[in-house]
Amino acid sequence: MNRFEFVEPRHLPNESFLIRESGVSIVDGELLTQFSNGELTLTSHRILWASSKDSSQRQIYLALSLHYVVHVEEDGSRTYSSPGKDVVLHLTEVSNEKMPGPASRSFSNYVRLSFRNESLTQFISLLTNTIMRRTWELTPVMQSLSGLNFGQSESSGSMPMIKTRTGIIGIERSLQEKQKATDESISMAFQDLKKLMGMAKDMVAISKTISAKIRERQGDITEDETIRFKAYLMSLGIDDPVTRDAYKSSNEYFKQLAKQLAQILEEPIKEVGGMMTLTDVYCRVNRARGLELLSPEDLLNASRQLGSLGLPIILRVFDSGVMVLQLRSHDDKAIVEAVAELLEERKSITAEELAQTEGLSVTLARERLLATEKAGKACRDDSIEALRFYPNLFLTMDV
Amino acid sequence: MTEINWPWQYSFPPFFTLQPHAETKAKQLAAWKSLTLEYYRITNQAIVDIREVHSSPLFNNVSINRKLSSDMVLVIMEELENSGYACALDKSRQRWLVYWHTLQEWGEIIYNWVRDNGFIGSVCTTFELTDGENTTDQEFHGLDPEVLVRALRTLESSNRAELIMFDDNQGVKFF
Repeated sequence: MNRFEFVEPRHLPNESFLIRESGVSIVDGELLTQFSNGELTLTSHRILWASSKDSSQRQIYLALSLHYVVHVEEDGSRTYSSPGKDVVLHLTEVSNEKMPGPASRSFSNYVRLSFRNESLTQFISLLTNTIMRRTWELTPVMQSLSGLNFGQSESSGSMPMIKTRTGIIGIERSLQEKQKATDESISMAFQDLKKLMGMAKDMVAISKTISAKIRERQGDITEDETIRFKAYLMSLGIDDPVTRDAYKSSNEYFKQLAKQLAQILEEPIKEVGGMMTLTDVYCRVNRARGLELLSPEDLLNASRQLGSLGLPIILRVFDSGVMVLQLRSHDDKAIVEAVAELLEERKSITAEELAQTEGLSVTLARERLLATEKAGKACRDDSIEALRFYPNLFLTMDV
Repeated sequence: MTEINWPWQYSFPPFFTLQPHAETKAKQLAAWKSLTLEYYRITNQAIVDIREVHSSPLFNNVSINRKLSSDMVLVIMEELENSGYACALDKSRQRWLVYWHTLQEWGEIIYNWVRDNGFIGSVCTTFELTDGENTTDQEFHGLDPEVLVRALRTLESSNRAELIMFDDNQGVKFF
């Protein structure tokens, strides 16, 4: 309810009228309000509500900016008995620039619009379409902007500038202009990014509240509804990345992170032959996460948890200090056998050559050779040219 | 000089790198020990100077362009010392005396020859033992004098000989 503002009963310059419904009451969560049986207007930017004209009191005009609305659903099961249907609007947190409204705080982050009308399909489809189009972002309300433009044109008019294009001054000026343009485009880009981050945060918040609701109501919610909720979550596009602020203890956070790591990495690790260096893991995971980036420490700590949680992948630290995630089922013996066979065939091999043959990183190839040496199946020749590995004739050739 | 019969390891490049794997390393060092003793027996040398090892074909295989590092030669020398086939001549452990029989073995070999030829109770010079006409068919003919003296000292400690030093010559009396 606290997202509503008191407004003048007129449209803003860019705003366009979409649909009007009468006999609409506003319900704050589950609490009835004094704003009942009024006229509701949907525009490209706002939902406007006006109290009915015949009442003896002064008419009240309320508006809800559509940017607060993140999700719309129709609800036939109202808790109080009267004919008609409800539309539930799920809302984001209130923003700071809001004009004063009928309530300064609200206990729920959704409102019901209670209609006397039974068929709301047209209203709902218009509303959802408008929200999806996000008209308020494309053509913001022009009031303030037009004023700004006017001021600018005035100042440039009052101070005519003579531009020299020749000489050092000309060059300097063009450089300066270029710099200014770059500066502007950079700050523009960051503005976009900020907006995106802000939106993503909202989305995560919403998805969290919904998933919490699912958990909470597991008992008295039908399976059908659960599936519907899940579908909403999917359509939001962010499926709950594990973030630090969601957990009280970092230990719990690492555990959850480890579970997520195992889930997303099992397939890729299988593809690359059962082992992936931690640096590769870091890049892959952060590419997948997009915004909620992981720090290397967090990744390392989560990886350390993998072993104790019985997950399909585990952290392994080689004697050389190289750290990898590998499948629990990964068989060192098989690798050693394969490398030993290759050694017999090629007579001698370097880590670089093995990396090329097997399509591995050089680090991993080196680890494989060292593992083979450790198993006594290879021996090294450390010369100026390279570190080459040979079949271990010392042990196989009996003198 | 007899031609040396190089073992297969000599042309196997990993032979010239100290192997980290324990079992492999043991085999490798054993091969080096026997090769070194064999080489010194055939070329009849006794001194290894670690600073000059690369001039010796033993530690520098030119055909495969591999040579032992000084550190590894030291490792081999210490291995030989542990089994009684070498000892360091200076404190920095750079010069080594190498012998293909242990000093006790040499002592026994010489003492047996002395007994068999009836020299017990008489005095010989060390020159007579290593370069005399009587010993040309003996293994210790041409033995490094330093090794000989050290071998005789083992006999001395078991009271079967006594070294006599005079001026620029050395003699020994057997009992």
